Amino acid sequence: MGSVTDVNQYDDSLLIKSLKEAVIAGFITFLMAAILIGVKSEIAIGGIELKYRWGALFAAAGIAAAGRFVLSYLFWGRDTKVGDYLDKGLNGLSGATSGMGKIIPIALLALAILLPFLLMQAVPAQARYYLDIATVVLIYVMLGWGLNIVVGLAGLLDLGYVAFYAVGAYSYALLATTFGLSFWICLPLAGILAGFWGVILGFPVLRLRGDYLAIVTLAFGEIIRVVLLNWYEVTGGPDGISRIPRPSFFGLADFKRGDSGFAALFDIPYSPMHRIIFLYFLILALALLTNWITNRLRRLPLGRAWEALREDEIACRSLGINTTNTKLSAFAIGAMFGGIAGSFFATRQGFISPESFTFIESAIILAIVVLGGLGSQIGVVVAAIVLIGGTEIFRNLEEYRMLVFGLGMVLVMIWKPRGLVSTRIPSVFLKERKAVSADLVAQGEGH
Amino acid sequence: MATTRKTTMTRTPLLSVQHLTMRFGGLLAIDNLSFDAYKGDITALIGPNGAGKTTVFNCITGFYKPTEGRIGFAHETDAYDKIDALTASANRSDIHGSALYLLERMPDFEISRDAKVARTFQNIRLFGGMTVLENLMVAQHAPLMTASSFTFGGLFGLKKYQDGHSHAMELAKFWLNKVGLTERADDPAADLPYGDQRRLEIARAMCTEPKLLCLDEPAAGLNGKESAELNELLLFIGKEHGTSVLLIEHDMNVVMGISDHIAVLDYGKKIADASPEEIRNDPKVIAAYLGVDEDEVEEAVKTPVKKKAAKSKGAKK
Amino acid sequence: MGAFICLTAISANYLLSFGERILEYFVQQLINGLTLGSIYGLIAIGYTMVYGIIGMINFAHGDIFMVGSFISLILIVALGLTAAAGMWTIIFVLLFVLVVSMVLTATWGWAVERIAYRPLRGSFRLAPLITAIGMSIVLQNFVQISQGARNKSIQPLVTGGHDVMVNAETGFSAYLSNIQILIMTVTVVLMFGFTFLINKTSLGRSQRACEQDTKMASLLGVNVDRTISLTFIMGAALASVAGVMFLLYYGVVDFYIGFLAGVKAFTAAVLGGIGSLPGAMLGGLLIGLIETFWSGYFSVEYKDVAAFSILAIVLIFMPSGLLGKPEVEKV
Repeated sequence: MGSVTDVNQYDDSLLIKSLKEAVIAGFITFLMAAILIGVKSEIAIGGIELKYRWGALFAAAGIAAAGRFVLSYLFWGRDTKVGDYLDKGLNGLSGATSGMGKIIPIALLALAILLPFLLMQAVPAQARYYLDIATVVLIYVMLGWGLNIVVGLAGLLDLGYVAFYAVGAYSYALLATTFGLSFWICLPLAGILAGFWGVILGFPVLRLRGDYLAIVTLAFGEIIRVVLLNWYEVTGGPDGISRIPRPSFFGLADFKRGDSGFAALFDIPYSPMHRIIFLYFLILALALLTNWITNRLRRLPLGRAWEALREDEIACRSLGINTTNTKLSAFAIGAMFGGIAGSFFATRQGFISPESFTFIESAIILAIVVLGGLGSQIGVVVAAIVLIGGTEIFRNLEEYRMLVFGLGMVLVMIWKPRGLVSTRIPSVFLKERKAVSADLVAQGEGH
Repeated sequence: MATTRKTTMTRTPLLSVQHLTMRFGGLLAIDNLSFDAYKGDITALIGPNGAGKTTVFNCITGFYKPTEGRIGFAHETDAYDKIDALTASANRSDIHGSALYLLERMPDFEISRDAKVARTFQNIRLFGGMTVLENLMVAQHAPLMTASSFTFGGLFGLKKYQDGHSHAMELAKFWLNKVGLTERADDPAADLPYGDQRRLEIARAMCTEPKLLCLDEPAAGLNGKESAELNELLLFIGKEHGTSVLLIEHDMNVVMGISDHIAVLDYGKKIADASPEEIRNDPKVIAAYLGVDEDEVEEAVKTPVKKKAAKSKGAKK
Repeated sequence: MGAFICLTAISANYLLSFGERILEYFVQQLINGLTLGSIYGLIAIGYTMVYGIIGMINFAHGDIFMVGSFISLILIVALGLTAAAGMWTIIFVLLFVLVVSMVLTATWGWAVERIAYRPLRGSFRLAPLITAIGMSIVLQNFVQISQGARNKSIQPLVTGGHDVMVNAETGFSAYLSNIQILIMTVTVVLMFGFTFLINKTSLGRSQRACEQDTKMASLLGVNVDRTISLTFIMGAALASVAGVMFLLYYGVVDFYIGFLAGVKAFTAAVLGGIGSLPGAMLGGLLIGLIETFWSGYFSVEYKDVAAFSILAIVLIFMPSGLLGKPEVEKV
């Protein structure tokens, strides 16, 4: 394929060039698709039967050629960036957030608090469905905020964050089913246990640099999953743990029909929605707590040291900062929030198995953090809504859903490599708090 | 000469590098180097490119572990009496009474935090995405951590942390003012022009409230005016503020203008250690520094001293 | 992944049923480990080359391997090749399948780089990592949609083998099958060819130049984009060889085999010292051996744990891997 930045003043030559590129793109797509789209392997008696799909193959090549032509002729050849149109079209989320300052977070918060009531009013029949999606989005927001401490603030690339999510979930499930401890005792315990695991795993590996750290964290994530899968006596192996107790209303009432129920306590008619709404508010509160602590920590010497560590570890050491402890603290606090989110997940689902804690979960959480804009709290919210909420809405695409998810990840990243919200808010100021452009902010280990 | 020699005899050093040797594989970067830096002095370490100056700095500040040798550092002048006892022990420091440290035994961050030796880098290492003020606050990490009761107190906004915070802000403002960056306090450090970045790095190092400030080529890349300002700043730090300075520099205006005492390194060996005038006229130094080109030697000897602020207290051991 | 666990489990249980820790048993594990390690090594080279040249983890590389094995599966079925054909027919057809699969898989490798990584050249480090994960998801789901989610298996094509040694008491024999010979031979030949390519040709020279300093290489007239594209093409071609070998060895593929094989191969590349070609091969062999020996002597379930733990331990003591250049911290 030819250069994409050439500016052609004459449409004729541009047309010819674009056509040429389109033909090349079509040909390459033809080669790529020749086997995988052109032929379908199907299991049949005595082996595999092949079905030929010439139509689909030529359609794929044609679409690729046409797409390339449109891009070459209308955008690249004229030196316009596709992203500019997107920016204009969507009115730039980052522009909007920095322009309106505090309005967007407050508006989002208000919306989040009112959401259950709005849904009950507007779409009572589907309120439960939408509230479930919102709860899942909030779980990912909380996980994103937790991982943001490790990746976004301290600049440590962690590809095994799901391990702590799993530790939290299994801690609650085991403590509750074995010792019958209540959710409200288990919640902080699960967080502490996950944080403890963060320290144990972090201690040997945190002096590794950059991508070495990434692969070892990935390995630890897999180790924990394999152990959960095979330690049958304790974890139930692939069958997981079922009948995990639901949370009570702060120990005062449960959400069952009857005298001990929430409805009876407040003397209102019983509704299965009470539990759904309660769970929604619970995860909202947990996520907001994560956010509050993170924001608070950023203004404390510890949080500032995390960010300094992301910028330049050697300079940190020259200023008397114990970088090992600082990294460990980021790892442990991030893990703790992951663990708390995990125990919420366990109590909401009532059933957990190692299948929920695969690498793809780590990848999705990391994608939320990076797509949102490293270190940006509001960015995580936006990215979680787009990625998780978006794919939930595309659920009727069924098997195409994850394909769309992957493509979306690629396209958004190419459009905005710094993430959707790419400004950094200083932790302290003398006269005025000016946002720092993300182009100046380092991304930590690995350089 | 006699008087200078006499003053040396009665003074004990702040930093004492003894028989320092550093090998990288087969390369002998520093070869049995000994020199002292005195309290209240500006000591310069000069030498041609590749002489091993930065390696000496990296050994002093703990970024490299020397192959051999002892690096003593004492907050009080009488502490050196105990250095042999300390060396014989397994400890890295003796902080009872007058503090004494063996820097070669300490990890880098403790050297800055406990022994109070701060440094800057040859290729500036600022926290580019953080503001100028944040850079200075990060430098006060250790006292602020104590004030925030290791984060727990700070999380709930206890008064102790608020006091610590405002104290840190005062110190940051003082140094911002000294390096003339108050106006730019809320701008990201990476946005500053080069000269400002150099000064900010010095201010950041000073915010750790060091006893010894090690500067690795602070005048590199500065223009004449900026370099003169730097001289003033260093003289303030060394003479008025009372922080001793150890300096690597190629800019002879700076070195000759402000140093009390110069050690010259060539191929990892010390070839001279004396006052600026003696160094200026030392043929060995001239040969090493400028090669053996006669004309250049002549010229160098003739160059007048532009600024001579400090009195000659140079010493020969 | 299913294929991996299943087959190793079956073979290991079969071997363990003999119970005795005899020399023949050891030799058998050695043979199996070297075979598996060869496949890992071929994939690991792709990781290590890409890392060397643009410093990123190409997460989609494992899925390129999976694409390669699917392409070869369909080709073999389309050509109607079975074990019943004569030896020379099998050899020639397999060679043809190998070449076609290498070419077609290489276009996938090229396209992934062109679409997901080139636009982010010189951008921030994490951006291409995320697009790589995105591409990995895309490839997996694309193959799942276009070829179905179920395992696809073929009958063994290369059969037979040799008893290397037989234990007189138990009758247990260490068996070296023809397919194992084929895999190891192909790997050795490719390794030599590849080393020649990197060390002696102008392509290899531009590649090494880009590894050292991309900007300087481009100033000196090296076409950096082209060199990087070729790196991806070569990596993908090698992965497709691994894919063909995997298919012939295990006889089963599914759309998910890329993930675990990719993680293992990347682990191998890191273990050997990322950026080093001999390191990738050494790391691959080691991971293969660790896995088979762990399965053979301890437990099949925890073989991945063993491999990953050894990676962590090696990195803690040798932070640049076994053959990597030690990183000097520049202050």
